[in-house]
Amino acid sequence: MLRLQFIPYSEIANLSSENKISKVLRIVKNNRIILLEGKFSPEEEALLIERTMNSISRRFKGIEICSVGDQAKEDLINKLKRNLAKAILGINVSGMTIIGPASIVKEIKRDPDKIELLTKNIR
Amino acid sequence: MGFFDYLKNILKIFQFKKTIRLGLYGPVNAGKSSLANQISMDWIGEVMSEVSKVPHETREIKVKEEVKIKSGGKELNFNLIDTPGIATKIDFEDFLKYKMSKKEAKRRAKEATQGVIEAIKWLENVDCVLVVLDATQNPYDQVNVTIIGNLAARNIPVLIVANKIDLKKANIRRVESAFPQYNVIGVSALKGENMEGFYKELFRIVR
Repeated sequence: MLRLQFIPYSEIANLSSENKISKVLRIVKNNRIILLEGKFSPEEEALLIERTMNSISRRFKGIEICSVGDQAKEDLINKLKRNLAKAILGINVSGMTIIGPASIVKEIKRDPDKIELLTKNIR
Repeated sequence: MGFFDYLKNILKIFQFKKTIRLGLYGPVNAGKSSLANQISMDWIGEVMSEVSKVPHETREIKVKEEVKIKSGGKELNFNLIDTPGIATKIDFEDFLKYKMSKKEAKRRAKEATQGVIEAIKWLENVDCVLVVLDATQNPYDQVNVTIIGNLAARNIPVLIVANKIDLKKANIRRVESAFPQYNVIGVSALKGENMEGFYKELFRIVR
């Protein structure tokens, strides 16, 4: 059985980067797939990879992650809206991020706006 | 020779020659070490890193200092920094397929996790980066996006190297369309294909 957990950005908006990453990893280590509203900053993504590597063990093999919502293809109005939201709220609410444990999620393919989530056969 | 020419030549001798710290970043098995070897062989005639089909062959940072590269009548000094491939998952059982003992596979996995962390930390120590991608693979992988996003956030110049163009499945256009705001150059590091074009692009971004 796949267990999905939706996290609205408001739930992590006020957390520090360290705490955001800890929260996400705690849920993923619990064998849940996260659907996160918004995207991490590049620095947060790097921190997530670092923390994931530090957590690798016999039971936890790492994560699969994918963000959608291509900012490169945004028009000027939407870019302004996003930057305004970021300036006021300090968050990047555009797009969406999927994060799952590598023991369950085999691969997340982004191509480029479509997402395919391939799971492993769990016995 | 006039006095000013003489003075100019004296100044040239003592001029500070900057060495550019050139990082090779990318996902696992994209050919970073093959490219580092090709560059190193081209200019100093030495192999820099071991390469293998087994993932995570490079598990620690390797540096080759003072590599003088010439292109378009110019010469620049580089420190080549070959980094372990960035990954979001590492399973020691994957290494067992390569006829490794369980103990050896676990050790490799442990070293690989530390290698990824070290590679990320070294982002602070590079002036310019070659993001090496396997041109036969989907470029929209989140690891690629994360690497390039972090380099952009640090204002580090980037050249995307679409490697393995000698393979039929290679698709440079796909890499270009995934990262339209970056220069992309196709090469085969293993066969040394299009290295001239690569050096030309490299000099363009470090200018």
